[in-house]
Amino acid sequence: MDRELKREIIMEHYMHPKNRKRASDDYEKVNTANSSCIDNIDIYIKFDNNVIKDITFEGEACAISISSTSIMIKNLIGKTKEEALEYINEFEKMVEGQEYNVDLLKEGNVYDDIYKQGNRKTCATLPYRGLKKAIMDN
Amino acid sequence: MNREDFPLLKQDIIYFDNSATSLKPKVVIDAINDYYTNYPANAHRGDYDLSYKVDQAYENTRELVKEFINARYLEEIVFTSGTTQGLNMIVKGFFKEYLEEDDEVLITKAEHASNVLPWFKLVEDLNIKVNYIPLDSNYYLTMDNLKKVVNEHTKVISIAGITNVIGDERPIKEICEYAHQHNIFVVLDAAQMAPHKKIDVQDLDVDFLAFSAHKMLGPTGVGVLYGKKELLEHLIPLEFGGGMNESFDNPNEVYLKPLPLRLEAGTQNIAGVIGFGAAIKYLNNIGLDKIHNHELMLRKYLIDKLLKIKHIDIINLESDSGIVAFNVNKVFSQDVAYYLNKYNICVRAGNHCAKILKNAVGVTNTVRVSLYFYNTTEEIDSLVELLSNYDKILSEMV
Ligand SMILES: Cc1ncc(COP(=O)(O)O)c(C=O)c1O
Repeated sequence: MDRELKREIIMEHYMHPKNRKRASDDYEKVNTANSSCIDNIDIYIKFDNNVIKDITFEGEACAISISSTSIMIKNLIGKTKEEALEYINEFEKMVEGQEYNVDLLKEGNVYDDIYKQGNRKTCATLPYRGLKKAIMDN
Repeated sequence: MNREDFPLLKQDIIYFDNSATSLKPKVVIDAINDYYTNYPANAHRGDYDLSYKVDQAYENTRELVKEFINARYLEEIVFTSGTTQGLNMIVKGFFKEYLEEDDEVLITKAEHASNVLPWFKLVEDLNIKVNYIPLDSNYYLTMDNLKKVVNEHTKVISIAGITNVIGDERPIKEICEYAHQHNIFVVLDAAQMAPHKKIDVQDLDVDFLAFSAHKMLGPTGVGVLYGKKELLEHLIPLEFGGGMNESFDNPNEVYLKPLPLRLEAGTQNIAGVIGFGAAIKYLNNIGLDKIHNHELMLRKYLIDKLLKIKHIDIINLESDSGIVAFNVNKVFSQDVAYYLNKYNICVRAGNHCAKILKNAVGVTNTVRVSLYFYNTTEEIDSLVELLSNYDKILSEMV
């Protein structure tokens, strides 16, 4: 993907993130405070048996974390837990600079060169760590 | 000024994170190298020339510290690993014994975690109370506000001399005078004060004080705990072991060394203490007054320029040191820091370890520029130029 296009997608998701709102009590809540930086996002997930029905989030964080959360929400609502875990797995590979399934990640590919910036890797993976925890715990 | 003395400044880097830690001049690095290269023996242990030389160098730093803060006795100067350890020793070694249930400790919401969490632990252990002296609209601590919260339970006031978020200087001498009239002890967190302002413990009359070498040109892992001798005598060591005992035959017959060695158990950071000595000499040579005036000049220069940029919101218009905290309109502080990092400018984003301040200030995070004497107006010009272009920030922050 072209650098400028990536930047535009990231900024669009940062300025107008999907589902930035508190959810009702029937959602699972995970906090993703990042020990290496100051990002602090709460993620709310609603499961319907094996399917992720809905995800929302609240909090303050940098552009990479917010946009990554928004892109995650866009891509993973409606997926089964297994599908979500597979997506997260591929995303993590990308962030580590390894071979990964490019087609699966869709807009998630905007972070495909973030592995070059050690200090921003945790920002991009922040929401995924939260979601993974919620899936494991559920 | 004195930029040629700092090896890092030969690189193309603008360093504006001096409140976190300062750069090190070559004389400090050389002193540490000299110890490891030419006399790497232990202190207070050997009867040979090398070890004697170590003792001399180590104790020489103690003399330098004593003069630096104008302490009355050499025994009042204890080497620690830093401000955090010093404050923990004061709280756990002295106040844990002295305080009782329902006694109150006064701090403020602008204190560093290291001057909050040890007290919170005492709340848990002894059921004491921690209360906050309210800050005024500029986040300053005033005598009036202090007097409003002192009551008959108040036993300690524990505050920073200069804070690390706002950079305001507290009226320590007045506070000590008032506190002592009410039988209250004063603990001074001097981490941000020692590098920039002359401290005279006798004139201020503080009871305890702690600071770190690494924020004042010295190495990491070294600090100073000062306490009035009659109080330090009652401070129970948190660590027992070699170097601090006189003799021991059985648990009932353990005899400890006199101050200050009693509080320096185990092999100390000898190289660090020696390097710290070189740092103090270096600071003395320039003069703290000159350093402070230069910082204030730089701060004014920076503030005047930032005020002209409409998308910048300055948090601390008033301040007594080289700290400027601000935010760029609608941009998360960390993104500003990342943007500046692309141009080799080091600034700090975050809450600066004063997590409870956010309730008081109303913003969670800020960008912080903290200046020291080796910073220049040209460096500030580069920063301001990058900050003045809002579109550039937005397009380059990711
Ligand atoms: C006001 C204040 N107190 C305490 C500390 C802790 O110092 P250290 O990490 O060297 O123990 C700092 C350092 O950031 C500080 O700014």
